[in-house]
Amino acid sequence: MHGSADSSEYVLDTLDRQLLNRLQDGFPICERPYLAVANEFSISEDELIARIQNLLAANYLTRFGPMYHAERMGGGLSLAAMSIPPEQFEQVNHIVNSLPEIAHNYERDHTLNMWFVIATEEKEDVDAVVRKIQALTGHPVYNMPKIEEYYVGLRFAV
Amino acid sequence: MTILTQQQQESLKAAIQDGLPLTARPYATLASGLGVPEDAVILQLEQWLQDGYIKRLGLVVRHHAVGYRANAMVVWNVPDDQVDALGEEMRQHPAITLCYRRPRRLPDWPYNLFCMIHGKDRTLVHQQIEALIQQLGLQNIQHAVLFSNRQFKQTGGRYARVG
Repeated sequence: MHGSADSSEYVLDTLDRQLLNRLQDGFPICERPYLAVANEFSISEDELIARIQNLLAANYLTRFGPMYHAERMGGGLSLAAMSIPPEQFEQVNHIVNSLPEIAHNYERDHTLNMWFVIATEEKEDVDAVVRKIQALTGHPVYNMPKIEEYYVGLRFAV
Repeated sequence: MTILTQQQQESLKAAIQDGLPLTARPYATLASGLGVPEDAVILQLEQWLQDGYIKRLGLVVRHHAVGYRANAMVVWNVPDDQVDALGEEMRQHPAITLCYRRPRRLPDWPYNLFCMIHGKDRTLVHQQIEALIQQLGLQNIQHAVLFSNRQFKQTGGRYARVG
């Protein structure tokens, strides 16, 4: 799943970019939140909704909704890595990504070359996912849950 | 004022985790699905934001699609008694998009401070890392830069306990 697969079909215009920046800072909680944001840009509520639909359809967004604090929601979250020989990479990657608890997965240039985020509904389930991956792949998983969070801005100027 | 039951709260979490309704009154749409008044949904969401269960509402950009293709995880082997102070300094730095302390996995993995720099090209990201080292005086701190070569999956976490 390459993130940019569909986005090349739909080219962002200036207003799209402004909306992407604005909506990374939050969305109002009121009776007509789309209207409130639309008014900031002097566009109609319908146009704002249509633009968000287009951005979702063109795969520019991972979601339009809540960014949860996983641990406070009772969920489990961890970063884990594996060292996989190149000739086995595709196969192991396929196994790992088939698990619904895997939220992100990247190949990185290091001996530990497969890095993924495990997100579970229950905090205790992370260890079970780690054991399952080890059993399914025969390779050790280096589980590195966060100890402290210093910054989670994750905002991208578009 | 209606307060949602635990079960209604779980139903609301499930209803929004794939996204807010794209209707003129999205909270009323959610409320009618739950069979509760609109203001009960609004109050619940405000409460979750206030309590930090939800960090924010809004959109999450697929960063690769908007041109951030040089995605570096920069990891540091920081003495344990200095890691909190350095983490606090890193949070102030504009180039850094995420920063966490994580456990070392010795002997293979000596790094305990992880930060992400998302940039548009690798040369610029290397310059940002060099500037970070100079500005924060990290010349004697062992570090590694792990660019991502391929991204296989990017979905949001799912936390609703339903079914």
